[in-house]
Amino acid sequence: MSRTRNNPLADDLMRPLLHTGVWFYLTVAVLGTVVLTGLSAWGYQMWHGMGVAGVNWPVFWAFHETNFVFWIGISHAGTLISAILRLVNARWRRPVTRCAEVITVFALMIGAIFPIIHLGKPWLFYWVAPYPSQGSIWPNFRSPLVWDFFAINTYLTGSLLFLILPLIPDFALVRDRATGLRKRIYGALALGWQGTTKQWHRLEAAMQIMAIAIIPVAVSVHTIVSFDFSMANVPMWHSTIFGPYFVAGAIFSGIAALIIAMTVLRRVLKLHAYLHDVHFDNLAKLLLLMALLWGYFVTAERITVWYGNEPHEMAAFWATQRGAYSPLFWTMVVCNFVVPLTLLPFRRMRTGSGAVVAAACVVVGMWLERFLIIVPSLSTKQLPYTWGGYSPQPVEIIVMASTFAAMALLYTLFAKMVPIISIWEMKVGNQPHPVAPVDSDDQLAELWKARP
Amino acid sequence: MSAIYALYDDPEVVQRAVDRLRTAGVPDGEIVVMSSEPFEDFEFSHRDKADWLYTVAVAGGVVGLLSGYWLTRLTQLSWPLRTSGMPIVAPWPNLIVIFEMTMLGAILATVATLFISAKLPQRLPRLYDPEISDGYILVGVQRPKDSEALTTALEGAGPGRIKRID
Repeated sequence: MSRTRNNPLADDLMRPLLHTGVWFYLTVAVLGTVVLTGLSAWGYQMWHGMGVAGVNWPVFWAFHETNFVFWIGISHAGTLISAILRLVNARWRRPVTRCAEVITVFALMIGAIFPIIHLGKPWLFYWVAPYPSQGSIWPNFRSPLVWDFFAINTYLTGSLLFLILPLIPDFALVRDRATGLRKRIYGALALGWQGTTKQWHRLEAAMQIMAIAIIPVAVSVHTIVSFDFSMANVPMWHSTIFGPYFVAGAIFSGIAALIIAMTVLRRVLKLHAYLHDVHFDNLAKLLLLMALLWGYFVTAERITVWYGNEPHEMAAFWATQRGAYSPLFWTMVVCNFVVPLTLLPFRRMRTGSGAVVAAACVVVGMWLERFLIIVPSLSTKQLPYTWGGYSPQPVEIIVMASTFAAMALLYTLFAKMVPIISIWEMKVGNQPHPVAPVDSDDQLAELWKARP
Repeated sequence: MSAIYALYDDPEVVQRAVDRLRTAGVPDGEIVVMSSEPFEDFEFSHRDKADWLYTVAVAGGVVGLLSGYWLTRLTQLSWPLRTSGMPIVAPWPNLIVIFEMTMLGAILATVATLFISAKLPQRLPRLYDPEISDGYILVGVQRPKDSEALTTALEGAGPGRIKRID
């Protein structure tokens, strides 16, 4: 069994790092321009104040908060799915995990910027950090916004480390193959990794522990984001179902984003030999399952409000069912429920364009869901004389569009600089199992115990 | 630093090489095996097992838990503002912060332990061969006492290339 140069795996997966085509520069230029436009729009908002955004009494949370919740939701698929698949030792996970983990890190970074954008004066951001006695005021740990600070930062730290640690052996591979400046850069990133049995053991044990730790953190993050709403006495917000409803929605949108990202990667980087139909089939099945779960949560939430028939809640309820926001609501239902349930039961659609169409619809639908949770409820609060409306302004739309470009740009740069599929994990996947002779049941048990 | 090592492309040969080095009297701790992927199905990759890593993670979690408790409780007692009818030290909201800090403590302790025990970051030691990245597996001994015996042991394991660092 030759494990050496004849294996094209490392060459294939390192090709994007060592060779740069004109399309890369073109993509970066286009996406970079959109991101710069977004930054300019943000600068315009800072200069002229929040008045240029559409937020006004009584709707003080709108596009920026929608984007905040949306991007935090998108972040859910990556590390969470990767951790679960790692713990259950799903063999098909190997080409998928890194693609997914990257989404988590970048989506969290983008999502966490929106509360700062919404501040209006981002240079006062440090007031949000809960350290004692800043500005003569002690942080209020009873506020869900402070819980957000802890939850998002814990998840971001954990996800970043969960992504970076398994990168180290791959950096070492690139270090040994690259030349010149690249060799020095990847040499520094590899941290002197040699691949000793001790290093492999520590790395795998650390990844196992982090997978265990990151799952409850991931669940807590979106539960706590839901608390931003459910802890407030606002119609349609003050609900016990919001925690699991938000977590399910986050996983739903995250899987959709992962399917889109993997489709683009497979086509652009020519990774057909690694991202097989089975990966899309499995993810599409998960998407279908989450569509059903999402439908269950929406039905449970809506029927409870409708049956309760509280006047102040019914105003917000009817605004989405047959009022000003109903076109958005029914578009959301079609995108999140009808389209996935129509396309994804069929295997041919799950492995082809059907999965991408369904995933794109879900991303749109989940953005609409976040918008419909926030704006209609704030528009029709308890006292009718406070009712008002909201129209997004160009600044908000440009900033939102630029975050999608920022996500694509960061992903493109990452895929250019780092093997987007874990090379060493793919190699492990290609090993024949088992090959070692075992002499006793104890030895066999020991081997299974050591398996990640 | 002197060393003698062999490069093999088959993990079964590596297992034999490790066994032969042991037979030649080399202590387990002095046998170095390096590869570009872990080989969990082979005994040689289980020589450095460390179940205590889990204990360190739990200890990190406990430190995080205590830090979270200390941060929330002391802050609230030092600035006793009553909010929404909640007690000054409000256990339910504090639990959220304490939970996040517990998990953060466990994660950071795990990563710190990984870096310290795996000796990262470090300058790439002399006993290393870039051919490892091509899929070869290195088996060697640093500061060999009996080079002849070790060469015989490594050569007898199977097809491979012997190299020396003087």
